Amino acid sequence: MDAAAQADQDLIIKVRDLVVAFGEKTILDGLSLDVRRGEILGFVGGSGTGKSVLTRAILGLVEKQGGTISVFGSDLDSVSEAGRRELEKRWGVMFQHGALFSSLTVAQNIQVPMREYLDLSPTMMNDLAALKIEMVGLRPDAGDKFPSELSGGMIKRAALARALALDPEVVFLDEPTSGLDPIGAADFDDLIRTLQQTLGLTVFMVTHDLDSLASSCDRIAALADKKVVAVGELKDMRTSTHPWVKSYFRGKRALARMKG
Amino acid sequence: MTTTLSNPAFEITCAQDQATIVLTGEWTLDHGRRLESIMRQLPVSLGEVRKASLDLKRLDRLDTLGARVIEQISHRLGSDGVRVEMQDASERHLTLIGAVRHRNEPVVPPRRSRLVELLADVGQTVVQAGQDLVRGISFIGEVVVAIGRVMLRPASFRWASLVTQLELIAFRGAPIIILITFLVGCIVAQQGIFQLRRFGATAFVVDLVGIITLRELALLLCAIMVAGRSGSAFTAEIGSMKMREEIDALRVMGLNPVDVLVVPRILALIIAMPILSFLASMAGLFGAGLVSWIYGGIAPETFLSRLQSVINYRHFSVGLIKAPFMAVVIGAIACIEGLNVKGSAESLGQQVTASVVKAIFMVIVLDGLFAMFFASIRF
Repeated sequence: MDAAAQADQDLIIKVRDLVVAFGEKTILDGLSLDVRRGEILGFVGGSGTGKSVLTRAILGLVEKQGGTISVFGSDLDSVSEAGRRELEKRWGVMFQHGALFSSLTVAQNIQVPMREYLDLSPTMMNDLAALKIEMVGLRPDAGDKFPSELSGGMIKRAALARALALDPEVVFLDEPTSGLDPIGAADFDDLIRTLQQTLGLTVFMVTHDLDSLASSCDRIAALADKKVVAVGELKDMRTSTHPWVKSYFRGKRALARMKG
Repeated sequence: MTTTLSNPAFEITCAQDQATIVLTGEWTLDHGRRLESIMRQLPVSLGEVRKASLDLKRLDRLDTLGARVIEQISHRLGSDGVRVEMQDASERHLTLIGAVRHRNEPVVPPRRSRLVELLADVGQTVVQAGQDLVRGISFIGEVVVAIGRVMLRPASFRWASLVTQLELIAFRGAPIIILITFLVGCIVAQQGIFQLRRFGATAFVVDLVGIITLRELALLLCAIMVAGRSGSAFTAEIGSMKMREEIDALRVMGLNPVDVLVVPRILALIIAMPILSFLASMAGLFGAGLVSWIYGGIAPETFLSRLQSVINYRHFSVGLIKAPFMAVVIGAIACIEGLNVKGSAESLGQQVTASVVKAIFMVIVLDGLFAMFFASIRF
C-alpha cells in the first residue's frame, strides 16, 4: 500500500469541487474539504453562507449540482441503497435544535436507531440507552422525560446521546454550543473531547463559538465566498490573509477573548 | 487488511483455581444477541475459580456494547468473590471499559397493582371531566368579557381576521355542507316515501322531510361538518402557536390571546353558522323535492304548496335560533383544546381529536336540550 492510498484511508470525508445551488442562487461553488480520521474539525462561516448546507449535502439531505463527496472511501453517488444504509449506521448526526422525536421519551429516542438496525434484547437496549444517557452527562431520570420537559442544554445532550446510539465512527454536530451559557458550552466542549477520546470518534462540528474552536478543535476550516478559504489550526487561522477569516479570528471579540 | 466479520467468542483455560479467559473476535453492536448470551454463559462456565484474568489481546474490535458486556462479566465475577484482572488490554480498550461503568444504579419505578391503576384512571377521568366543564364555562365567560371590550372599543377589533375566518368557515365550507345535506335530504325523502307508501300516505313525506330538515337535520349536519372542518383547524392553529411560544409572545406584547385569536374565530362562527344552516336547509329540501318528484311522483308544485301549508315560521326559526349556540360550543371547545396543547407533536394530535369529538358530542347534547326546551314551551 503506497503513501497516497494510506492517506486516503485516513480521510473519513472527502469533498471535491462541490457545487450546491437553490434555483438561481449558488450557495457552494467548488468547495473542497477533507476530514481526517480521529480529528475534531471545526467548520466556521458567517450566518447564511452555507455551513449547514455543506453538512446537509454530505448527509444527502440536499441535492448537489456538481462535485463528489466520498464518506469512508465510497463515493456517495455510486453507492447502492444497501451500501448507503451501511454508511448511515456509521455516522451520527446531532441537529441544531436537537430534532428529538417529541412523542418519545429520551430513552426511546436513543433506542430508535437501535431498534432499526440491531438485534438486541429489550433489557440490553434499556441498559445501553441508560449508559448513553450517563455518558453525555444527563441524570438517570432524564431517560423517562419527554423532550418538551427538558431544558435547552439537556436537549443538546439528549440529541448527542441519540447520535451516539450506534457507536458511529463520525458524528456531525450542528452548532452544538449555540444557545448554551458559557459554563454549559464549556462543559459540552469537554464532553465532546472526552467522548472523542474514549470512543475514538471523528467529529465534524459546525460552530460559531470561538471558545469551542480554541478548546476542542484539532483543525478549523473557514467558509467564505462559497468555498473553504482557509484550513488549519487556530494559529494558521490567525495568520490568514483572507478578509473574512481575518475579521473573524482577529476581530474585537476574538482579541478580547485572547487577552482575557 | 481483512474485513471479514469474526464472531465474538471466548476460550477458557483453567489451571488450579486460576482461569485465563481469552476474548476473540469483534465485540460490537452487530453481534448483540451473541454477546448477550456470552454475558450469561461465561460466568457460569467458569466453575470454581478464585482468580480470573481476561485476555483482550486477540480482540479485533470493541465498542460500547462490547465494553459494557466485559464490564458486566467482571462485575458479576467480582460479586461472586472472584478476583478479575485485565491482561494485554490496549489503552483505548481500558478507557472504554472504564467509561461504560455505571456510576449509579438504574432506578426501577415502583409498580402498582392493576386494580389500583384502573381505579386511579377512572377517578382521574372523572375529575378531568369536571375540570373541563368548569374551564369551559369560565372560558366562555372570558370570551364574553372580551366581546364586551371589543364593543366598547370597536377600533381595536381585528376585522381582517374576522373576514378571513368567515371566508374559511362559511365560503369554503358551503359547497361540501350543501352537498351533504342535499344527499341526506334525498335519502330521507326516499326512505319516507318507501315506508309511507305501504299506508298510502306518500304525501306526508313532505311534512316529514320539511319538519325534520328545518328543525334538526340541516343544523346538526352543519354543526358536525363545521366541528370537523373548522373546529379541528382552530385547535391545530392555536395549538401549534402554543407549541412555538407564539401565544406567550402575544402575551408579553400586552395582547390578550383571547382578543386576538379566539374572539374573531368565535364571532365568525356565530355569523357563519346560521348562514350555513340556512343553506343546508334549502339544499336538504331541494334534494327531498327532487326525490319526491322522480321517485314518489309528487310534482314540484304539489310539493311546494304542501310545504307551505305544513311549515310555518316557527319550524324555520327553531333551526336558526339554535345555530349561534352551536357555534359558541364548537368555537369554545376548539379554542380551549388548542390552548391546552403541550410541547409535543403527539399532544397536538390528541387535542385536535379531543376537540372534534367533544364538539360533536356537545352539539348533540345541546340539540337534545333544545328539543326538550322547545317542546315544553310548545314552540
